Amino acid sequence: MTSDKRVLIIIPAFNEAESIGKVIAEVHAELPTVDVLVVDDGSIDDTSAAARVAGAIVTTLPYNLGVGGARRLGYLYALRHDYDVAVQLDADGQHDPRNVSALVSALDSADLVIGARFAGEGDYRARGPRWWAMSLLSFVLSKLARTRLTDTTSGFRACGRPLIEGYARWLPVEYLGDTIDTTVWAARNGYTVRQVPVAMRARMAGTPSASPIKATMYLLRAMITLLLALVRK
Amino acid sequence: MKLTILTVVVGVLLLVVIFELLRRRQLREKYAVLWIVVGIGVIPLSLFPRGLDVVAKLIGVASGASLVLFLGILLLLLICTHLSWEVSRLEEETRTLAEEVALIRTRLAELDSRELSHDER
Repeated sequence: MTSDKRVLIIIPAFNEAESIGKVIAEVHAELPTVDVLVVDDGSIDDTSAAARVAGAIVTTLPYNLGVGGARRLGYLYALRHDYDVAVQLDADGQHDPRNVSALVSALDSADLVIGARFAGEGDYRARGPRWWAMSLLSFVLSKLARTRLTDTTSGFRACGRPLIEGYARWLPVEYLGDTIDTTVWAARNGYTVRQVPVAMRARMAGTPSASPIKATMYLLRAMITLLLALVRK
Repeated sequence: MKLTILTVVVGVLLLVVIFELLRRRQLREKYAVLWIVVGIGVIPLSLFPRGLDVVAKLIGVASGASLVLFLGILLLLLICTHLSWEVSRLEEETRTLAEEVALIRTRLAELDSRELSHDER
């Protein structure tokens, strides 16, 4: 990292004992000065222990809140411990820690930086209803943020102090709300949103959901979330 | 006449149940007041089922019974909405508590390990 900013990497984890150790080790190897916080979202496996062994700070929720809930706790931790920058990373190894410094340096000219999968790097593809949902979201959110956003549901993002404060108080627990709502909120409150191209890797564990019914549900939920986010006070 | 007995019994039973729940501290006052008002309103109506006919005519409803049904469903809808709101609020409150518990656990583990390494020295 080029600056003297205090950076916290927030990794929400729910039953990720298999991959969490590798992810943390990779982050430490790439960014030795950065603190890693694993938010164990009420896992029933050894996620907490595995993360602690790998050298992360671990905070364990007493019951499962969902990824949005885990992320808000991450931001609350960042706020209480005076971090300047918070970076969200997934526990399944999809997000490459080598991209973190690019995200953090992009914060010099933005308040919220999204690591985008479709911006040229990597070979991630989506099809059918899932793709329609993503295009619709990209279109609306790009207009709103007055910049080109191609991957609005990416959980790989970084933000500075003002947004850490906002997200620690308010971050929806609902699926999709934690990505769409937070982006809309930032844009509507006058914060600058930017995207940085990142390569997305295959998950180390688990399989992505790809059935057509699930994809259609995803489209519907995305539209509802978006509509609600747009009319919210 | 039989019907009147039935309705009066139901109305009184409702009041007794609410009073008993209150007495055992199982029901917060804010909900109890609502149900007591409903109970007290229902008993005179059960004695004089035609009592609302005049009011019904006045606002263009054919009979008092329809008016009571309409108001009853409206009241239930409002209560359901209120309870959904209440549950959402409670969920938000428990979520905040869960966050605090997690942070306290982390801090505690930190202090424990610090004490441990201090003892070893």
